[in-house]
Amino acid sequence: MALSNVLDSPAAGFNFDNAARNAAFEGLFEGGQTPKPLKTGTTIAGVVFKDGVVLGADTRATSSEVVADKMCAKIHYISPNIYCCGAGTAADTEKTTDLLSSNLTVFSLNSGRNPRVVMAVNILQDMLYRYHGQIGANLILGGVDCTGNHLYTVGPYGSVNKVPYLAMGSGDLAALGILEDGFQHDLELEKAKKLVRDAVHSGIMNDLGSGNNIDICVITAEGVDYIRPFQESEFKDRREIKYKYRQGTTPVLTKKITPLKMEVVQETTQKMETV
Amino acid sequence: MYSVPVAGLCPQGSYGIQDSLRSGFTSVKNELLPSHPLELSEKNFVLNQDKMNFSTLRNIQGLHAPLKLQMEYRAARQIQRLPFLQSSNLALDTLRGSDDTIGFEDILGDPAQSEMMGEPHMMVEYKLGLL
Repeated sequence: MALSNVLDSPAAGFNFDNAARNAAFEGLFEGGQTPKPLKTGTTIAGVVFKDGVVLGADTRATSSEVVADKMCAKIHYISPNIYCCGAGTAADTEKTTDLLSSNLTVFSLNSGRNPRVVMAVNILQDMLYRYHGQIGANLILGGVDCTGNHLYTVGPYGSVNKVPYLAMGSGDLAALGILEDGFQHDLELEKAKKLVRDAVHSGIMNDLGSGNNIDICVITAEGVDYIRPFQESEFKDRREIKYKYRQGTTPVLTKKITPLKMEVVQETTQKMETV
Repeated sequence: MYSVPVAGLCPQGSYGIQDSLRSGFTSVKNELLPSHPLELSEKNFVLNQDKMNFSTLRNIQGLHAPLKLQMEYRAARQIQRLPFLQSSNLALDTLRGSDDTIGFEDILGDPAQSEMMGEPHMMVEYKLGLL
């Protein structure tokens, strides 16, 4: 329908038309019962070791008090040598890392080089600062490039930290305790994997928002080893019976079939090239 | 250089008052503040970005550099379809360097798939300033 009060085509990007309506809704619901976005309430951790970077994450996604996803993948691919763990609002981390990955792919096609971790960090920082924290993405970026092994964290407002070991998410305090205790420079691979696993495990045990399995991603100059799951939770539920209803469970009371009358208005044939 | 419009929510009618026939009744509360903290900054983001870049360029390389670039921008901005049709803005994108970057404006709210369509005659008249 052509509307006569639309004088300009709508701008691309975010649309704030419903913001006023949402603000009015919050007043109506009295106590903020508006639907909450899916948060990942997470424990993610990363450690720089001798030959590269190890990233670890749990796999639980929560929506207020309910576990929405038990096998959520929180370690996102950015480029062949850079991976990113995301905590915060699930959709925001997903989309932001996708955009970052696309931008870096276009860059590496243009220049013929592998992207560096610091480029990914800069792009993220600009993007997140532009939206002043409205995009709830706490990210840990880890990667190996020609300048070495790097681990960065980017906050939702665009703050950046470069550190040798990190934890983010709602379980970060528990995980950081383990990391502070066990971290040393130039760890061996197995020790580093165990350290990250212990840190994420501590987050899972002591935080309600983290749980289920542990994923580990090892990035070295040779390649990436994405181990999913590294450790499965021992508290798995077993479905005893099938929950699908068999045919005939709901009785059919009446059936009425009305054939639609269609008349042929126009017939065209298009030749297909089959050589 | 363009000046960035601050009060982006001015009523659009002649003489600056609300045109009740076209846009309905006014409400002071709706016009005082944008309802979302990002609304104003997003509306003018590209303009602000350009302004900042040109001013930096002027400080580094002198007046002539942004002047030449502005001329090219102005020329590229004139290559458009009619207002109610979607133009690709290829020349403008190439000048800005946004032809090899992807942002939220390329994914969300694609104008080619917008649900609202304007009246073509009115949109052209608005663009030409006849309305």
